Amino acid sequence: MSDTAERVAKIVVEHLGVEADKVTQDASFIDDLGADSLDIVELVMAFEEEFGVEIPDDAAEKITTVGDATKYIEEHKG
Amino acid sequence: MRRVVVTGLGLVTPLGGDVETSWANLIAGESGAGQITRFDASNQKCTIACEVKPKDHPWGFDPDKRVDHKIQRQVDPFIVYGIDAAGQALEDAGLTNMTEAEKERTGCSIGSGIGGLPGIEFESVNLHERGPGRVSPHFVHGRLINLITGQVQIKYGFMGPNHAVVTACSTGAHSIGDAARMIAMDDADVMLAGGAESTINPLGIAGFAQARALNMSMNDRPTEASRPYDRNRDGFVMGEGAGVVVLEEYERAKARGARIYAEVTGYGLSGDAYHVTAPHPEGRGAELAMRMALKKAGLGPGDIDYINAHGTSTMADTIELAAIKRVLGDDLGGASMSSTKSAIGHLLGGAGAVEAIFCILAMRDQIVPPTLNLHDPDDGTEGIDLVPLKARKREVRAVLNNSFGFGGTNASLVMQKVD
Repeated sequence: MSDTAERVAKIVVEHLGVEADKVTQDASFIDDLGADSLDIVELVMAFEEEFGVEIPDDAAEKITTVGDATKYIEEHKG
Repeated sequence: MRRVVVTGLGLVTPLGGDVETSWANLIAGESGAGQITRFDASNQKCTIACEVKPKDHPWGFDPDKRVDHKIQRQVDPFIVYGIDAAGQALEDAGLTNMTEAEKERTGCSIGSGIGGLPGIEFESVNLHERGPGRVSPHFVHGRLINLITGQVQIKYGFMGPNHAVVTACSTGAHSIGDAARMIAMDDADVMLAGGAESTINPLGIAGFAQARALNMSMNDRPTEASRPYDRNRDGFVMGEGAGVVVLEEYERAKARGARIYAEVTGYGLSGDAYHVTAPHPEGRGAELAMRMALKKAGLGPGDIDYINAHGTSTMADTIELAAIKRVLGDDLGGASMSSTKSAIGHLLGGAGAVEAIFCILAMRDQIVPPTLNLHDPDDGTEGIDLVPLKARKREVRAVLNNSFGFGGTNASLVMQKVD
């Protein structure tokens, strides 16, 4: 797992209170990890904070899995 | 009218994370007061409070027992305390496995005086320093007062009345009284009722200190600062926590063989129409509430064995006492009266519910809890049993619980043992 993927997974575990082994890159925030739409808003804010990236609302709407978040951050971080 | 009984209890207090620890410490004469640890209070006029203890403390509260990690992160502490106390009460009543039909007839009336002040303070600073885009999406529903009820009903699937009282320091007592009426009026068969508070944060302490309500003269002696009826009392000590009871329609409780702690027989409520923070100097509103509660219960002077007074350790203590004397007689009809705020501080919106539970436990164990730090009783207390310093065994069959709040709001509850 890349450094970004590891840090993303850590934030997801911390915010959603789920078991670390469930947080795979394929895991869907809503279907697999029990998040609701507000949890995703909060997660996106945490990713922005951790990685110093800005994730606009239209991009955030397309982030539905852990892998989507990792990929977006890797492509946009400075 | 349908009769309403108490079949479950839940407590989170500065003396314990559950009912039995809190009660044992209260009867032992322990104090929950200490220096504030929740934040650096060194620049405050008041540096002491009765905090709920962390889970590694012998009297500590473990939020992980009944509240999901994710919810703990999203909501203010008063909601965490309220969810836990509600869970305790349900478990105590043996009602964790209700049918769908029963859940439709089960509701909640759990309020708070102030609500999520620590979270409001935090996000206000956050907004100012980092901008609107950094405010938590859980900010609003993590601070709202009716979100204890909301969270509890979601957690357990209850679809009955979803109610939350906001009457400052009368909240807990009003919550139980209102819920009892909902059962009596056939709106529900089971109600979780109570109150919670947690405002030991810089803004909460500063606000009450500026209102001249807190004790600010005994910062070096925290366990002695809450001293109701003592001549040297000088303001209340802030507490925090929650109390929730399960109320149940009597025939239903009897039919399922539930343990019945007490019956809620009287409820009185009134307004002072006088001042926003000071009580009416003759306690007229308090008197009206007590008279109404006693009348509903069909009880008179001599019938009440124990009174849990509002008794905040302010000048208002003797106003309440004078009102009680007018209602019950100069000797209170032989009743013992104490203020448990001497041990746990003032839980504001949680106070009335926590103190109602102490009244119920006094009936269960036939012992009345003490008024701590009462060394030099003030004028007007002569001949009255204020249970100074030590708990005492006595017969307790009927209790009166008083709660009064800012805005001039008064509530009195009468509860009795069921034979």
